[in-house]
Amino acid sequence: MAKDKDLLLDIRDLRIEGFADDRWFEIVHGIDLQLHRGEVMGLIGESGAGKSTIGLAAMGFTRDGCRFAGGEVEFDGMDLTSASEAEKRALRGSRIAYVAQSAAASFNPAHKLIDQHAEAPVLHGLMSRRESEADAIELYRRLRLPNPDEIGFRYPHQVSGGQLQRAMTAMAMSCRPDLIIFDEPTTALDVTTQIEVLAAIRDIVDQFNTAALYITHDLAVVAQMADRIKVLLRGDEVEEAPTREMLSDPKQDYTKSLWAVRSFKREQKPRPPEGTTPLLSVRNVSAAYGDTRVLDGVSFDIHRGRTVAVVGESGSGKSTTARCITGLLPPLEGEILWDGTPLPPRYQDRSKEQLRQVQMIYQMADTALNPKKTIGQIIGRPLRFYQGLRGAALKKQVDGLLDQIEMSPSKFYHRLPSELSGGQKQRVGIARALAAGPELIICDEVTSALDQLVAEGILRLLDTLQKELDLAFMFITHDLATVRAIADEVVVMKEGEVVESGPKDQMFRPPHHPYTDLLLSSVPEMDPDWLSNLLEERGRDNIGEAAGSAGA
Amino acid sequence: MSWFTLAFFAVLILGGVIAGMLQRRGPLLLMFVLLCVSGLAAMMMGPGVLKSISIGAGILAAAAGISYMVRESLALLLPEGGARLIKTAPLTAVFGMLVIAVYILTAVFAPAIAPYGEAEVVGASFQPADETMLLGGDQLGRDLFSRLIFGARNTVGIALVTTAIAFVIGTLTGLIAASMGGWVDQILGRIVDTLLAIPQLIFALLLLTITGPSVRNLTLVIALLYAPLIFRLARAVAGGIVVMDYIEAARLRGERTWYVIMKEVLPNVTAPLAAEFGLRFCFVFLAISALSFLGLGIQPPTADWGSMVRENATLISFGAITPLIPAAAIALLTVAVNFVVDWMLHISSGLKE
Amino acid sequence: MNGVLPLIGKRLLLGLGTLLVVSIIIFGAVELLPGDVAQEILGQSATEETVAELRRQLGLDQPAYIRYFQWLGNALQGDFGTSLANKRSVAEQLGPRFLNTLFLAGMAALISVPLAIGLGVLAALMRNSIYDRVANALSLVSISSPEFFLGYILIVFMAVQNPWFPAIANVTPEMDLGTRIYRSTLPALTMALVVTAYMMRMTRAAIINLLASPYIEMARLKGVPNRRVILRHALPNALAPIINVVALNLAYLVTGVVLVEVVFVYQGVGQLLVDSVSKRDFPVVQASCLVFAATFILFNLIADVGAILSNPRLRHPK
Repeated sequence: MAKDKDLLLDIRDLRIEGFADDRWFEIVHGIDLQLHRGEVMGLIGESGAGKSTIGLAAMGFTRDGCRFAGGEVEFDGMDLTSASEAEKRALRGSRIAYVAQSAAASFNPAHKLIDQHAEAPVLHGLMSRRESEADAIELYRRLRLPNPDEIGFRYPHQVSGGQLQRAMTAMAMSCRPDLIIFDEPTTALDVTTQIEVLAAIRDIVDQFNTAALYITHDLAVVAQMADRIKVLLRGDEVEEAPTREMLSDPKQDYTKSLWAVRSFKREQKPRPPEGTTPLLSVRNVSAAYGDTRVLDGVSFDIHRGRTVAVVGESGSGKSTTARCITGLLPPLEGEILWDGTPLPPRYQDRSKEQLRQVQMIYQMADTALNPKKTIGQIIGRPLRFYQGLRGAALKKQVDGLLDQIEMSPSKFYHRLPSELSGGQKQRVGIARALAAGPELIICDEVTSALDQLVAEGILRLLDTLQKELDLAFMFITHDLATVRAIADEVVVMKEGEVVESGPKDQMFRPPHHPYTDLLLSSVPEMDPDWLSNLLEERGRDNIGEAAGSAGA
Repeated sequence: MSWFTLAFFAVLILGGVIAGMLQRRGPLLLMFVLLCVSGLAAMMMGPGVLKSISIGAGILAAAAGISYMVRESLALLLPEGGARLIKTAPLTAVFGMLVIAVYILTAVFAPAIAPYGEAEVVGASFQPADETMLLGGDQLGRDLFSRLIFGARNTVGIALVTTAIAFVIGTLTGLIAASMGGWVDQILGRIVDTLLAIPQLIFALLLLTITGPSVRNLTLVIALLYAPLIFRLARAVAGGIVVMDYIEAARLRGERTWYVIMKEVLPNVTAPLAAEFGLRFCFVFLAISALSFLGLGIQPPTADWGSMVRENATLISFGAITPLIPAAAIALLTVAVNFVVDWMLHISSGLKE
Repeated sequence: MNGVLPLIGKRLLLGLGTLLVVSIIIFGAVELLPGDVAQEILGQSATEETVAELRRQLGLDQPAYIRYFQWLGNALQGDFGTSLANKRSVAEQLGPRFLNTLFLAGMAALISVPLAIGLGVLAALMRNSIYDRVANALSLVSISSPEFFLGYILIVFMAVQNPWFPAIANVTPEMDLGTRIYRSTLPALTMALVVTAYMMRMTRAAIINLLASPYIEMARLKGVPNRRVILRHALPNALAPIINVVALNLAYLVTGVVLVEVVFVYQGVGQLLVDSVSKRDFPVVQASCLVFAATFILFNLIADVGAILSNPRLRHPK
């Protein structure tokens, strides 16, 4: 290895096994990875690709129930798979640091941030307690945390998620390590917060010339952060290339398919003529959970056969709006009109016919299907309930629906949900909604729990169904790429209010409402220069405030 | 030093050496600890203790051996799925299942197994054990062995019925509370909180003072007092189910609450509640035995393990261990059930991950 | 701290309310008797007049709610009425016995709390080792055995076969502390056996749960040595569950005392309660039940308050 003295991390033929059902299974099948000083490598893949396992292995660490089964992890000349605990301990925190996905869970609730920050430098004998505290405040300042002199003396639960994530990055930086492992550091954050954290991480990694492994499932994010990208699939490497090359010219079919997902887009339908009675009309609806008001004067229309996308960050009230429409949460004020006539506010007071017309599809297909019922029973129940179908007639209808969602009736009729993949479960959820014969389907983040390829399939299916059955969709999502793909009209929500609404083509063209602008511009794009350009545009020092004032 | 003592320590040391040579840390540690403990015990209480220790170890080894045999033969006999499951069972769980099976057989065939009738006076009071009476007589001269056999029927039977009643009440109210929510949930929750604020045994004593002891009263009182525990459990499990989207979907479809409870919620709570049934059975069984022991439970002449301990307790001061046998019967069954439940809980927690 | 005080106040009020409701239940239970206490005392053969006379004597001619408040008022002042069986003041009988019971429970607690926490933490740290498995099996056996079984086994081995301790634990007020401890050893040991097993299992579960938290993994990834991970990262957070475990088991200890007292003929409230139940001596039963329930509720309250106080999120509000 003497030939390449810049080589920091050299992983050769790494194999890791996991323990399940009283047996060891290989979950990482011989990965090679080289990382040089100051270089950032993006590890990308869908869930189960083994990204986090490899990230931890780079620190010589395996979680309980996992073990090294072969290969070497050589960090600066030392093999970590065979190193003693004491040797590994001396490296961890000081020369290799880790930033976890959930900062809220990874900070110890019993200690102040700065105490946790200073622990590693003092323990590794690099700084005195006082020096380390002063350094923490300096790092907080560089990471643009508000009140850098004071924020470290708070407990984790007193600090917001985006700030905690930056404090954790500062903590990782505390010993000026040679390598930092970032394990999905922005996955749990909203887009406007994500951008602050991304900017902060990139800044600090640049400033100290730290090498990093950046683990994520989000292509656009990794495009901003990494010099090179390695694509993983089920514990195997698919391909590796410098970022620009990987984005413009992927070699493998799997990578190409990942890239291609974002290309699906359907024609926007023309607006219905003025004066058409909307299928569903939300009029000035306000609602509250207990004493906290969560919706304030929300109004919008949904027309027959159209898709309305309701967009906003967590806590914006988009799901609450759906609960008001379905009658789960009776509004305080305002009303919901169906075809021009008001619906009773409580679902208990609605007629079978009114209930039938609006159906829901849920985000988590796992919790949306009763695990103790077969697919046939799940899809059959609405048919039985609303139309009183029995026996052969029922079976025939269910088979028809299964055909419609492109699942073979003979194969799936008697299966349980646990025997299905995520995408198949979501299809069954769609079939159950269709079985009621609705005119409007509310889709609540239906693709966000799915891997991109599968999500794409679901979107295409919904589009086909809309054409065949003239369905209206209310599409709740935080993902603007999905909005671009399928919406006819867009409603932007923030803190329980509608900020802006209109046809999609207008919404994606300036001028915007400032919040819409912030939201749109914060969604990472595949262009590796996107973040730099954006920071240039917004002004490097404003980014925190801009997002802070508009987000929190 | 006798030959036995020498052999005893020789076996332990040899075992330790073999374990050490085979690099087996667990067995080595075990041998070492056993060596220290028995050495200490022998010094303090004389070498007689070593005999007890080796008898104990022998019994344990025999139990483990039998359990192992049963497990392996079951694994061969059962169909594919069952065989794989039984292979993962620890020996303790197999031992538990074995014991439970023996108890059930004893309870079912009690009249056929017992040499004498339940209340039949065979000899003199506290007659020592001989060929006619395997374990000797009790304070009235009834055959202790026969009463022990009949006791399996009465004690276990009553505990089972009581647990079943408590389960039906507790599960039903728990599911109703979870599914209906709102004030129904609030009120039921408050009632249960208050009932659980009084220690169960004390509450049972209070209620039995008033109703007077009888099998029917005992069953009802204990069922009533343990139902709140099951309510809490069912409420908690069902509470996790009713927030699921498929329940919301059923409600929005317009399904009645009863359908939601029976068809959507119930099938999902049966598995976790089944393991708890075993655990709660142990509590109920111990409570009933305790009350019988205090003279407030199952009344004579019905043979029952708790009261048998009480009736024969005076023998203990003479060094006889016969009164301990019914107590051991109680302990053995609860241990067995707990071993099985422990395994079941382990499986279900493993499945979640 | 201002976030915690109202929370604790609320718990205390709730505890007081629960105690009040429990007192109503205890009082009301006796009212459910077919006939009433006077009838019960005198038997079926008594004449109308004598029953009516006794009723007047006992104040039974007044409506139930008035008698309840009288009973509660007196009880709060330490007067629990007179025993039906021996006409002595209930409080006089109960007082010294309550102290005896507390002494026994305290002794058991002193043995079991440190032992259980130590063994539990050890089992959690050495998870799935031989020690853990043996401890798990032994504690299961201990939990599963009825208290009287354990008690008699101790008697057989430590009192009859080896005459180390007395089988009958009769304690008297004039006894010095050493003798008292000596006489109470076997019953205290019996109770400690059961409670230690419970507490150990609960401690183990709490610690294992804790060690799976992401912040423990984070600490290890910062290169913190094992000992420091346990002491500095796990322990401050383990306090809440452990306090909870201890308080709940102490509550159990105080009520589980009944059987043990009967086995060892120990002069405590438990034995008094059992005796009075068979004699149907209602005032004594009511008073004993109230004492037990109050202690039980108190320890549950301590568990709640302890959990609140040791939760950093509540101690340092936003």
